Amino acid sequence: MATTFNLHRFANPARFMRLTDVVLPWLSAAAVASLAIGLVMAFRAPPDYQQGETVRIMFIHVPAAMMGMMCYACMAVASAAALIWRHPLADVAAQAAAPLGAGFTLLCLVTGSLWGAPMWGTWWVWDARLTSVLILFFLYLGYIALANAFDDPERGARAAAILSLVGVINLPIIHFSVNWWNTLHQPASIVRMGGPTIDPSILHPLLIMALAFQFIFLALWILRTRTALVRAKIDTLRQRAAAASGVDRG
Amino acid sequence: MTRKRRRLYMVVVGMVCLAVATGLVLNAFNQDLVFFYSPSEVAKKPPVAGRMIRIGGLVEMGSVKRVGGGPGIVFKVTDGKFDLNVAYTGVLPDLFREGQGVVAEGALDQSGALVASQILAKHDEKYMPPEVVAALKKSGQWRENEAASANAAAALPGGKSL
Repeated sequence: MATTFNLHRFANPARFMRLTDVVLPWLSAAAVASLAIGLVMAFRAPPDYQQGETVRIMFIHVPAAMMGMMCYACMAVASAAALIWRHPLADVAAQAAAPLGAGFTLLCLVTGSLWGAPMWGTWWVWDARLTSVLILFFLYLGYIALANAFDDPERGARAAAILSLVGVINLPIIHFSVNWWNTLHQPASIVRMGGPTIDPSILHPLLIMALAFQFIFLALWILRTRTALVRAKIDTLRQRAAAASGVDRG
Repeated sequence: MTRKRRRLYMVVVGMVCLAVATGLVLNAFNQDLVFFYSPSEVAKKPPVAGRMIRIGGLVEMGSVKRVGGGPGIVFKVTDGKFDLNVAYTGVLPDLFREGQGVVAEGALDQSGALVASQILAKHDEKYMPPEVVAALKKSGQWRENEAASANAAAALPGGKSL
């Protein structure tokens, strides 16, 4: 009971606005600072013994891939909360996350392609990893389209929430695709049994960049959620004003 | 409260059913989801000559040879147990070298060699600066096959050894 009560407290839009008033500037500052440090470290990192300078694409590619998946997990949790508990904030938060996730996933696909062209010798192959990430991108687009496809926004939100839950099944497939099937994409280097296989001089900038992407996502997610809440409030006030003036004339 | 609980159960049951269904489908299509076959699999179950397939493994050390001074090369793809001759004419990716992972796409000819129409280099999951490699080589801890064995593992069906 206690946990449900607490969740309700944070799901209250007014409380969310007050809390994020304080948190958002700090998050934004952390995002800018960690990105600055991460980028400097990324350019000072040594080249790879096989790939040479091309390894630097990884400093964008891997964090973008992580955030593409992380964002989907956040969206799905918010969607589940919206479906089950009907929190007023959950649908708004889920829909605010979708374009961010689509952006990160597209960045991951584009940078991966740019790396693949010189290293693999091809821009694109239909192996299990690449295909499942492309499906993730289409899931985001489908979610956005479905959420906006109904005249009644609540029905759109419900349909989109169900789609996002169905799509969750893709997350473990993306992660384990490189272990379950042989793919052209290399296996995991960081999250794997026996520790990372990246030299610390290359791993550290990568981790800082991953942290920076995390902050960027959180800051933008909160900002987008706040904007959506403010927009909803303005819409309500407008309708009320229109109704009031209609009553006056009548 | 009961309606919320019912919705929670519906979502949980729905997710479990979906996970089981997806697992079964992926399991059923397992053979079609692999991007390439290893030389062992080709040796066990030779594909029809002339049909397009992809073979993955390591470029065998010392096997790369130029053909008649032209742009064509021949080399062997190995997974440690079996190997397969590959012939190719065209541009090679940056990472193509002996001892490294490779995926060759093409069709088998009558002699059982692969006539490749495309060569893709397969990168392993190791990243390190050249100085570290030099230091490892100097101290004798560097084994040429170490990176190779990781690739060979990936070349086995399903990467079972991971």
